[in-house]
Amino acid sequence: MSTELWVVVATCAVVTALIKGVGPVAFGGRELPRWSAGVIALTAPALLAALVVTSALADGRQLAVGAQTAGVALAAVVFARGGSVLAGVGVAVVATAGLRALGV
Amino acid sequence: MDASPDPDPLAPLDAPPQRDAERRRPDPRASFRAGLRAGIPFGVASFVLSLSFGVLAREVGFSAVGAIVMSAIVFAGSAQFAAITILGGGGGIAAATAAAALMNSRFLPMGVALAPSLPGRWLRRAAQGQTVVDSSWAMASRGDGSFDRHFLFGTTVPQYICWIAGTSLGALGGSLIGDIDRLGLDAVYPAFFLSLLFVEMRDRLSRLAALGGGLIALALVPFAPAGIPVLAASLAALIGLRRRPLQGRS
Repeated sequence: MSTELWVVVATCAVVTALIKGVGPVAFGGRELPRWSAGVIALTAPALLAALVVTSALADGRQLAVGAQTAGVALAAVVFARGGSVLAGVGVAVVATAGLRALGV
Repeated sequence: MDASPDPDPLAPLDAPPQRDAERRRPDPRASFRAGLRAGIPFGVASFVLSLSFGVLAREVGFSAVGAIVMSAIVFAGSAQFAAITILGGGGGIAAATAAAALMNSRFLPMGVALAPSLPGRWLRRAAQGQTVVDSSWAMASRGDGSFDRHFLFGTTVPQYICWIAGTSLGALGGSLIGDIDRLGLDAVYPAFFLSLLFVEMRDRLSRLAALGGGLIALALVPFAPAGIPVLAASLAALIGLRRRPLQGRS
């Protein structure tokens, strides 16, 4: 493995550690303003929704709908009907693989 | 959807909250153990994803040891994929590192949100912040702006172990595995995130934040570098300014 690749490993590790550490260092150990609690509580649904749509509806910088999109949509149906996590994920995987086998 | 994330992956998503009282006055060991159990299904997802990372890393010139070391000391899937994709396309050190940084930029708002729940001096808080991954951060949220840090640590452990195990298998035996996408396994991660999202959408404001975050990300995908759409989606949480302080799940 080239020296360049090892340097990338090292720089990615340092950058990741800095990004993950800056919030706890800068804002830890003290109470944030009371108004911030409502905003912080909503960062999870906002970021999770973004992670879902960018992984299921996008390929790089292209918006894309495919077998995986259909699989994840079926998982949403399972979750909306109160199904378990593993049931939803299993449906997503089987549907995605099945559609690809059919050439979708 | 008032239930907290359930550690039992076979339980219905709208099952009654089993840990709320425990997580409001948490016994650290009990919280950690609950986090371990909750993290196992996400560990399985991590294993699948890191398997493909190991295969891809070898294809762009990494040694097996190099791929495993990267997973062990970076431990950030989207950043690792972004970096090796840039390298595979002929990009250099700066471009690969910048791509990884952009992909990780969502950890900035996550770290700020988590900060008040982390005790100790700055070095200890920085070290605790390294344990954050998307799913552990989301599951450790109590919904009132605070986080159960022991639960978070526990949730991360199986994911870290599986991340390294999957990378190792992919890097050492990738040619025997074949095409992971053909098996539909690329649907595992978004489906898991979706399951967490369903749990988080517990009231009108949280559903609005999810809708806003999703729309912001989708709108930016064609124009912004990878990673920025998810970071920008955190702006949707600003509608929380309309929420009364400390209103959360109870």
